[in-house]
Amino acid sequence: MPSPRYWREKQSRFRLEAVRCRDCKHVTFPPRSICPSCRSTALDSMRLSRQGKVVTSTVIHVPPGDFLMQAPYAMAVVETPEGARLMVQVVDCDPTSVQPGTQVSLEFRLIRREGHSGILCYGHKGVPVA
Amino acid sequence: MREVAMVAAGMTRFGELWELSLRDLFVEAAAEALRTAGVEQVDSIFVGNMSGGQFVGQEHLGPLMADQLGLAGVAATRVESACASGGAALRIGFMAVASGMADIVIAAGVEKMTDGADVTEVLATAADQETEVYHGVTFPGLYAMIARAHMESHGTTEEDMAWVAVKNHKHGALNPKAQFRREVTIDEVMASSMVAEPLRLLHCSPVSDGAAAVVLCPLDQAHRYTDKPIKIIGSGMATAPMALASRKDPAFLDAVASAATRAYAMAGISAQDVQVAEVHDCFSIAEICCVEALGFVPRGQGAKAAVSGCTALGGQVPINTSGGLKSKGHPVGATGIAQAIEIFDQLRGEAGERQVDGARLGLTQNMGGSGASSVVHIFEGV
Repeated sequence: MPSPRYWREKQSRFRLEAVRCRDCKHVTFPPRSICPSCRSTALDSMRLSRQGKVVTSTVIHVPPGDFLMQAPYAMAVVETPEGARLMVQVVDCDPTSVQPGTQVSLEFRLIRREGHSGILCYGHKGVPVA
Repeated sequence: MREVAMVAAGMTRFGELWELSLRDLFVEAAAEALRTAGVEQVDSIFVGNMSGGQFVGQEHLGPLMADQLGLAGVAATRVESACASGGAALRIGFMAVASGMADIVIAAGVEKMTDGADVTEVLATAADQETEVYHGVTFPGLYAMIARAHMESHGTTEEDMAWVAVKNHKHGALNPKAQFRREVTIDEVMASSMVAEPLRLLHCSPVSDGAAAVVLCPLDQAHRYTDKPIKIIGSGMATAPMALASRKDPAFLDAVASAATRAYAMAGISAQDVQVAEVHDCFSIAEICCVEALGFVPRGQGAKAAVSGCTALGGQVPINTSGGLKSKGHPVGATGIAQAIEIFDQLRGEAGERQVDGARLGLTQNMGGSGASSVVHIFEGV
């Protein structure tokens, strides 16, 4: 992935910025210019709280190349208290323990190293809350 | 709109076809369809293909394939909607004939997946790169999350899903074109290696090469090419949010339901009228979700359809008599056309050991990504 792409996405990826629709209150992550719920363009930027609940999950046993050394790892759709949903890895736990309903905190982590000597790619991962 | 008929079909076998290239596959299928119809002149060619660019480095498939068929000069273009590319090509071909823009159309699909590209990464480009793939999800991973959501909401079990694979392999064992012409047992499915929990290897469709092509024309010209034309009486396409996280209920395939509603309305029929169907079982859970979204069973009750035998040959509505994507194989761009060919054979009474007695109304449902696009067609014997 070319580096301008990481630069463009840093607000959502590093700061967990979303948008809330002024008309229907729908929260969308990452930000868009048109609300997917009501098509309004009156959207306010907001920060998501760094926590959420697992909606559904899996454990990846056959990973893409960049993630070879991490498998098996858990992935989940996590819903934040604001109603935004994110796809994240869930780490620092037994991956099979990640199930619908599991509470996680969203922490800033290294996601992948691109290629053998490529740039380090950061983002958020879930960590189960004891 | 003019009435549209499918008058001829051609198809390679599906599998790891090391001796055949992307263009070889296309030509074999399309030339067979043209030969069967006795057609010399074609107005338009639509080539369903997900990713020739990534799989073998070849884009611009319209002119390439027209040229290879000896038809350079004909209007030709590639149609893409990930794994629903074949269904989308059929729909565009149907529209071209129905509108009067073209009389003779080839609607085809082709994919060459075994030439060395990283298939997992290529297929993942049909998911949302920025919000899903970036974090390490794979396609089996997305369907695994759909499966877990279905298990959570509706009590579906791993064994329920395994029955879909058992049923489709049983059908596929009867199909000379299938990649895996053998049955599997429930124990084999349940003991196969884990890909993305709760999906195991035998819950997943394989990596395949293959091509399929049909010839379409106005119904009132069909007798020139065959005495057994099959009418396309409904075509519906719909989309849903691209990312799984953006969908209200990850266990329900909204695009499939919307595409089906549109196709049923155009055809003037309901789900209960369908006598045989090919649905997009890229993973066992997908067939469970699709039979619900198509209205064959109530929402949440797809799990038992395969277990009870309702969707097996001899059941109430046989599904994936070809073996489905699971056993027949899934060369992604070709799948939507191959589905139409199975229904074409069924409605003409030419499906051999897989024949559904007296079938007159059939349906195909093709799906892209984790369900972000879907195409449904309804066919009727004349």
